[in-house]
Amino acid sequence: MTETIKTDALIIGAGPVGLFAVFELGLLDIKCHLIDILPKIGGQCAELYPEKPIYDIPGFPVVTGQGLIDNLMKQIEPFGPTFHLGQMVESLESIGSAQAPLFRVTTDAGAVFEAKTVLIAAGGGSFQPKKPPIAGIDDYEGKSVFYAVRKMEEFRDRTILIVGGGDSALDWTLNLQPIAKRVILMHRRDEFRAAPHSVDQMRSLVADGKMDLILGQVMALKGEHGQLEAATIRAADNTTIDVACDRLLPFFGLTMKLGPIADWGLNLAENLIPVDTEKFETNVPGIFAIGDINAYPGKLKLILSGFHEGALAAQKVHRYVYPEKRLLFQYTTSSSSLQKKLGVA
Amino acid sequence: MTQITFIDAQGTARSVAAEDGATLMETAVRNAIPGIEAECGGACACATCHVYVDPAWQDRLPAPQTMEEDMLDFAFDVRPNSRLSCQIRIKAELDGLTVTTPERQA
Repeated sequence: MTETIKTDALIIGAGPVGLFAVFELGLLDIKCHLIDILPKIGGQCAELYPEKPIYDIPGFPVVTGQGLIDNLMKQIEPFGPTFHLGQMVESLESIGSAQAPLFRVTTDAGAVFEAKTVLIAAGGGSFQPKKPPIAGIDDYEGKSVFYAVRKMEEFRDRTILIVGGGDSALDWTLNLQPIAKRVILMHRRDEFRAAPHSVDQMRSLVADGKMDLILGQVMALKGEHGQLEAATIRAADNTTIDVACDRLLPFFGLTMKLGPIADWGLNLAENLIPVDTEKFETNVPGIFAIGDINAYPGKLKLILSGFHEGALAAQKVHRYVYPEKRLLFQYTTSSSSLQKKLGVA
Repeated sequence: MTQITFIDAQGTARSVAAEDGATLMETAVRNAIPGIEAECGGACACATCHVYVDPAWQDRLPAPQTMEEDMLDFAFDVRPNSRLSCQIRIKAELDGLTVTTPERQA
C-alpha cells in the first residue's frame, strides 16, 4: 500500500506562483509539497517560453522565463519543498471540517496526500496532448488512437501511423519500429525538429525498407467501433490517399486544459476558480486558488499578481495550520526570526 | 494606419485599421476578430493564431523563421500559405493584406 504523505500545504502547480507561495508559506513555518503534471519545474515559464524575456517582474528590468524560475528555486531553497513531478492530481476529497480542514488528494501516479490546506496554482490548467481536430476522433481514442504510449506491448504487431516531427514522434517511431508490424511516420514537411541523430536513424530505416515516411497530413479516419482501419491523408502534392493502419499516435504538442479540477466541488466561472480578495480562498474553506487560475473583480493575469495572492493566502493558511498561534507581521529586512528561517542570520 | 482584412472560415470579411509595429495576431485580438485564439499570448509557442495568407501576399511577407515553421507543425490543415499571425509585424507596406482564419485552431 502506498504511504500517505502528510503535509501542511499542498500546492498544485509548480509554476512561478506556486514556487513563490512556498516562500511566503515557509516564512510562516508551513512546509509544502508541490505536484505538477510536467516532468520539470516552472510551468508555462519553463514549458512555453524559457528563452523569452519578461519585462514586468518588479525589480527585474528583464528576465527570461527560465531565469525567473531558476531565481525562484534559489529563493525557496531554505524551505526545502518536495516536488512530485510528471503526475496529475486526479481526486481531491474533503475529510475534515470547515474549522479544521483536511483533504485527501491522489495523483494518477498513485501518490496519496493528506493536506491541511490546498493551494491551486495551476495557471491555465494542466498541460495535456493537443488533439487533432479530425471529425470523429473521439470514438477511436483509447482504443486505437493514443496520445502517449503507456504500454509498448499494446503496439506489438500493429501497423502504426505516427504523426509529427518532434522528439516524441521520432523517439516512438524508433522505439516501436522493432516490435510493430510496420511503422509509418507522417510529417507535413521533410524537416524535423527532433534530435538530428534520431532523424538520421529514422532515415536509414526508411532507406533499408524497414519503415515508411510519408509527407502529408491526416484529414480523416476510417474504421468501425473505435477500431481504426485507415487514415485518409492529404499528401504534400495535394493528392488524397488512404493509408491502412490500426494504431494512430498523433504528437501535436501540448495544450492547457482545466482537467479534473472541474470535479472537486469548487465553484467555477468560465473555467476559472472564483476567490475572495482577502485570502484568495475558494468556496471550500482550506482550498485556495492563486495565479492565472483564479478569478475576482479586477483580476490581471500577471505573475506579479500571483505573487501577491500567494502572500495573502499564506496568512489564512497559517490560521488553519497553527490555529493556536498568533501571527506576527514581520519584515525580512529586520526580523531575526525570519532571517534565521532564511538561513542568513 | 494600415488596413488589414480578416476573412473567417464562413467567408465573412472584417477590415480593421492596424497599428504599425503591432503583430497581426495583436491586431486580431484588439479588434475581437473571431478564429484567433493566441493561447500563449504571442510567444510563438502554441500555433493557435494560424492564418492563411492571401496567395497574392504570400511572397510580399518576410519568410517565416525556423521557429515559426517548427511551431506550424502543431497547427492543423497547414497549407503552403499558412503563417502564425503572431510572427507577422504590421508595417505600411502591408496595407491591404488579406488573411483567412482556419475552421479551427486546435
